[in-house]
Amino acid sequence: MGSPPGSQGRLRGRSHEPVRRLATAAVALLATVGLATACGSGDGGSEDDGTKAADAKGVDDGATLTMWTRAATRPQSEALVKAYNAGHENKVELTVIPTDDYQAKVGAAAGAKDLPDLFASDVVFVPNYTSSRLFADLTDRIDALPFADDLAQSHIKAGTYDGKKYVVPHTLDLSVLFYNKDLYRKAQLDPDKPPATLADWDRQARAVDALGGGVNGTFFGGNCGGCGVFTWWPSIWAAGEDVLNKDGTEALLASGTAQKVYDTYRGWVRDDIVAPGARDETGVTWTGVFPKGKVGVMPMPSTTLGLMPKDLDLGVAPIPGPDGGKSTFVGGDAIGISATSDKTDQAWNFLAWSLGDKAQVDVVAAHKDVVARTDLASNKYSKADPRLVTINQLVADGRTPYALKFGQTFNDPNGPWLTLMRDAVFGDGAKVEKDNEAVTASLAD
Amino acid sequence: MQVKTPDRATAEPPVRTDPQHRRPRALLWHSRTLQGLAYATPTAVFVAVLFVLPLLLVGQMSLHDWPLLAGDQGSNAPENYTDVSDSTLFWPAVRFTLLYTGIVTVVLLGLALLLALLVQESRPGAGFFRTVYFLPGALGLASASLLFWGMYSPTTGPLSRTLEKLGLVDDPVSFLGTPTSALLSTVFLVVWKFAGFYMLILLVGLQRIPHELYEAARMDGASRGQIFRSITLPLLRPSLALSLLLCVTGSLLAFDQFFVLTKGGPDNSTVTVVQLIYREAFQRLNLGTAAALSILVLAALLLLNALQFRGLRHADES
Repeated sequence: MGSPPGSQGRLRGRSHEPVRRLATAAVALLATVGLATACGSGDGGSEDDGTKAADAKGVDDGATLTMWTRAATRPQSEALVKAYNAGHENKVELTVIPTDDYQAKVGAAAGAKDLPDLFASDVVFVPNYTSSRLFADLTDRIDALPFADDLAQSHIKAGTYDGKKYVVPHTLDLSVLFYNKDLYRKAQLDPDKPPATLADWDRQARAVDALGGGVNGTFFGGNCGGCGVFTWWPSIWAAGEDVLNKDGTEALLASGTAQKVYDTYRGWVRDDIVAPGARDETGVTWTGVFPKGKVGVMPMPSTTLGLMPKDLDLGVAPIPGPDGGKSTFVGGDAIGISATSDKTDQAWNFLAWSLGDKAQVDVVAAHKDVVARTDLASNKYSKADPRLVTINQLVADGRTPYALKFGQTFNDPNGPWLTLMRDAVFGDGAKVEKDNEAVTASLAD
Repeated sequence: MQVKTPDRATAEPPVRTDPQHRRPRALLWHSRTLQGLAYATPTAVFVAVLFVLPLLLVGQMSLHDWPLLAGDQGSNAPENYTDVSDSTLFWPAVRFTLLYTGIVTVVLLGLALLLALLVQESRPGAGFFRTVYFLPGALGLASASLLFWGMYSPTTGPLSRTLEKLGLVDDPVSFLGTPTSALLSTVFLVVWKFAGFYMLILLVGLQRIPHELYEAARMDGASRGQIFRSITLPLLRPSLALSLLLCVTGSLLAFDQFFVLTKGGPDNSTVTVVQLIYREAFQRLNLGTAAALSILVLAALLLLNALQFRGLRHADES
């Protein structure tokens, strides 16, 4: 008689057989338990009653709030959170996420309905989030603020969808020209006369570059779409022109003014006026070149002013257009409360405080950053540093572009804007019209 | 005396008219079946929940309009699939991935074989070298990529500065600045990291070849080349087959190294198919098209693996 397959006489006295079976059973048990607990999801938040009386100050009752911010605006967020935690019972737990990964992380968390209570967002991505209903409606709360009208309106507008307001300004990051006064003096340039036109800028950059000895005229992130929109578009706006149509579905980046900007940059690349590494710079280290003190003049984020070395004698100036004018890219982060949070009142407590006088003057302005309220543009700190006055005043001349498909068109390293940038500046510039059509196609997608 | 022989694993225990004479063997066999099922169940649950279910979900996603932020919007089949080739990056990415796979497989397996042959003898120092060659494999691929990104940096990395100091170049070297140099630099990273791993696989295969065969061949006057071609390679076939399979599959799915080092640049010259999937999902915020692309990559992989299996089996049989 045979035995059924699968039971071939393993029963004969193998001394370690029982131990092995026990071990296997234990592993199987552990695996099943592990599987069961891993499948358990976090508890869903209770629905917040949005019609509760919108207290303009929110509630401070010792809640723990989770908050996300981008690495690019980390110093500002950290300073605000630290000051808030020191003086309130609520505690904000801040997580800083690498700038490049931020969109992806928010997207993934949104898909899993696992967003933190508060999350900041690059202001150009806010239309994405408001149209996907990721933020809680803050219209009543914002309107109840005594200084509602003085908040940076470009941020409020970016966060308005279907007539409702969803975000408030968190950090403002403007693009301004930084120039090295020491190098200017060495190059026999007047350190108090920064460029007023694109041609001035060209001339001064070349003069500094002629100093040699490792010194370069300028620098830019040549493999970074976000850097391009931040630093090149103000020159087009300064000439009074637009880069996108009103709805953000069409690109005007092959216009005559735009071409003049590209021509200037292309000339710099051709004549080696640009510091090395520009062609490969993906945006990770583009702000680390100027502080080394070997670059003459380049557009930089205003949020880096407070982080410059103390011994670097630098001046700031608005970004000029081909024939003059001035403008800036009003970037930075707006912040909102996620629609799935169950601590809306406590989260609002933080937001309302962050826009109040004390936070804006003693934290934001003290760090040499741009304040989010135009009524505080001239405060005790900005008065002490005329550069801050220049920057604060620029907010009125600056713009924040609006496009639903901003990220995938302009920030995507494989997107059409980066192709246009590199063709225009590292190529011969002949394909700009065609590239512009690709940008429009992506915006209208 | 009745002789009952249950001859199928699924056979019922023999029907007894006399309950007191149940054969203990049958009872044991029956309980062993149950035991086996019990041990297999957690694995089956794992596979079902962590593999089969997500696979079905991805299939469903690929047939729906599914933006990342807003969620499932309903069916739109087969738009996600037909839209795949609309992207101007799709075919270049396919071509590039295949090119990369070809280059890496040849270089990596060739080098691994060489290293395995070098360290197979138990010479003094062989153990040390085996460790040294394998060590890069202990790093995660993303960490290794970050490390190399730092090294390749023209402004802050040590490689370029060393070359400049040695006077070999005048300007900072941009290792990732042109399509060719970016590809070769990435291949270098991957070979550095995985050569040791494949060396180990081939080493195990080499050490299973009986020494008597070599001795016999040497006594017959065979040269080293002949020995290698006629004894080593054929007997190494299973290890080579495994290495080939792993290498091809891994290379077709290459993502980490390109995402960290070049992000598909410069000028979209190093975009791989998996990076397209990532881009669809997290840049263009569209899970439906990303899922469709994933299914297509899966189908291509299955096809390629089936072909490899068939090819290697035929080679074996011949």
